[in-house]
Amino acid sequence: MSEAIVLRGAEVIDETGSRRADVLIVDGLIREVGDALAVPSGALVLEVDGCVVSPGLVDLHAHLREPGDPEAETVMTGSRAAALGGYTAIVAMPNTEPAIDNVAVVEQVRRLARGALCQVEVAAAITIGRAGERLAPFGELADAGVRLFTDDGSGVQDAGLMRRALEYAAPLGITLAQHCEDNSLAAGGHMHEGEWSSRLGIPGAPALAEEAMVARDLALAALTGGRLHLLHLSTAGSIELVRAARFKGLAVTCEVAPHHLMLTDEEVASFDPAFKVNPPLRSATDVAALRAALADGTVDAIATDHAPHPPHAKQAPFDQAPPGMLGLETALAVALTVLEMPVEAVLAALSWRPARIAGIENHGRRVAPGEPANLCVIDPAETWSVDGTAMASAARNTPFAGRKLTGRVRHTIFGGELVVRDGEAQR
Amino acid sequence: MTQRHLLTIEDLGADGIVELLHLTDTFTEVATRAIPKVPALVGRTVAQLFFEDSTRTRLSFETAARRLSADVLTFTAKTSSLNKGESLRDTVLTVSAMGVDAFVVRHASSGAPAQIAHWLEADGNGEVVVNAGDGAHAHPTQALLDCYTIRQHRKEIADRADAPADRLFEGLRVLIVGDARHSRVCRSNVEALTALGADVTLVGPPTLLPVTTKGWGVSTSTDLDEALLGADVVYLLRMQLERQREARVPSLPEYTARWGLTTARAERLDPSALVMAPGPINRGVELSSDAADLPCSVITDQVTNGVATRMAVLFKLLSAGRDSGE
Repeated sequence: MSEAIVLRGAEVIDETGSRRADVLIVDGLIREVGDALAVPSGALVLEVDGCVVSPGLVDLHAHLREPGDPEAETVMTGSRAAALGGYTAIVAMPNTEPAIDNVAVVEQVRRLARGALCQVEVAAAITIGRAGERLAPFGELADAGVRLFTDDGSGVQDAGLMRRALEYAAPLGITLAQHCEDNSLAAGGHMHEGEWSSRLGIPGAPALAEEAMVARDLALAALTGGRLHLLHLSTAGSIELVRAARFKGLAVTCEVAPHHLMLTDEEVASFDPAFKVNPPLRSATDVAALRAALADGTVDAIATDHAPHPPHAKQAPFDQAPPGMLGLETALAVALTVLEMPVEAVLAALSWRPARIAGIENHGRRVAPGEPANLCVIDPAETWSVDGTAMASAARNTPFAGRKLTGRVRHTIFGGELVVRDGEAQR
Repeated sequence: MTQRHLLTIEDLGADGIVELLHLTDTFTEVATRAIPKVPALVGRTVAQLFFEDSTRTRLSFETAARRLSADVLTFTAKTSSLNKGESLRDTVLTVSAMGVDAFVVRHASSGAPAQIAHWLEADGNGEVVVNAGDGAHAHPTQALLDCYTIRQHRKEIADRADAPADRLFEGLRVLIVGDARHSRVCRSNVEALTALGADVTLVGPPTLLPVTTKGWGVSTSTDLDEALLGADVVYLLRMQLERQREARVPSLPEYTARWGLTTARAERLDPSALVMAPGPINRGVELSSDAADLPCSVITDQVTNGVATRMAVLFKLLSAGRDSGE
């Protein structure tokens, strides 16, 4: 078993609030939380004065690219990037090759995750092959422990099929996570439709392509009682729809991605495919609406939509490059940099609330004796520059290269093991 | 003009445009000589990278480069190694390694010339990049040759009227008609003409006008007949036949009836008005055969002026590079 660790002098934050305390970790569990704890012989003492000790972050939305594209990312490299970003649990998206649409592929990804630097939960597809035609075997997959289902990468276009999926899913206690994009309205757009797409001559996808499916699925969730989670919402209109549905009592959850909280479509003027993502970077009005929606609780979670692509794939013309951005190593810092919210509220959106949505039991819990030691230690004041050439991901497609961010992960502890120490992955 | 490359008209600004128009006068004169060639760019190599079909722009640039005594190498997507899975960046850096001075780039993707310029600079290479048309983004040399053509003809009118020749574009009423949404020619002309003080109106069906023209400094209209009143220049964009398949217009005959320069509409134009088109024209679609051949049509002048304009651009960019290199 791993050695005992004492985190000394930190501000401990979890969903019960914050307090100044030392934390003693022994045998994978939190043994004690309190003032001036005695240090057991042989324990590793980490002085973390000025830092925050938080439950490890939980990502609802990571593309780990295995099976199928290990040049972009592997489960192992993705888990290392996650650990460096303060994550102790991540959900692997099923748009792999082949798609994760049956128990055999779920088991394959779980095998690939043995020895990973964080817990890797697996989401499965809603439809077989993500083709939007026939339902994946929800029952079998639920029995195998899958809690989140999504065709992410594209939305389920057929409204009747989505209705049946929600109906069938309801008694299984699983959640359907929708990538909201009406393909006929998006019409192959490569960026947000607006002033910049018009000026640059790049076909745009209108905000309505997202909002039309958000509206449709909120109505379907109300009709069926199925549990719905809306992935990477990016427009002010989507937020308004969720707010109105919540007001009427619908138990829907939703997430936003860090890049949508910081960057706008104006970035595309560089024509750098690092700024190509789906949903696309939107207007400043949308960015402001997403930040406000996090502050008022309309948005439950910040999820990375970590989407690695190998360099050559992004060294293509903008309209030929694949959409997607790295996110795991920068999400917390981006959130702390742009959000004018208490650190507790930011951590709620990055840790315990997403843990609940994904049904991940051992993460996002209280920092208290007897709890599993899945923790991260954050220096909220450290300012650093993102080095796009020094990512732990197999890929390099960060849109934040060269940007100054405030707030950095110092240590990550997964199952009692110090997997990241002083910002360095330990294996 | 301080930019190393010519990627958009915005790179030039009004002063840069005027400077190039003046320089084009010089090369128009060269074309009238018995041997229309000058040794300005002897020993320099211009690489034409045409990743999209274009006969006239490629020939125009090639003629311009040869009249400046530059060496020219050309490759098109069909003969390149792009089909063998080589990335755009690799292709460009490979040609760069052969030792060239300028890239003239045509690409179906908006922004490709800007990306190429970025990759070359990041690689420490000194070539200049000239955008010969990228996606629906920009076609700066087309806009320059169009402005030159307008200036040439307005000058004739102005000379007769004894008006000052410097302010030929101020208040000039220009209609750009047709598929403005998907047109790089439109975007570059809007930038150039508005910078020079013209009053530009985009005319076409709502499905082919830009989603927004915020920041463009233009008006829009869906009524060609109304817009034609008092127009000084009618610029007809090429109608892509696939727009019908995309259901942007119900049919080409309906498009022509509402937004084509039919013979009847052409007859209502002011005698001094100019009819222009970037070509190749679809006779009977964006304009009738008669209208294309009217005296006010300056479409062939545009082609002629294209060579001198591109000579001016290549000379300006490459001689600047030579100065700084010595």
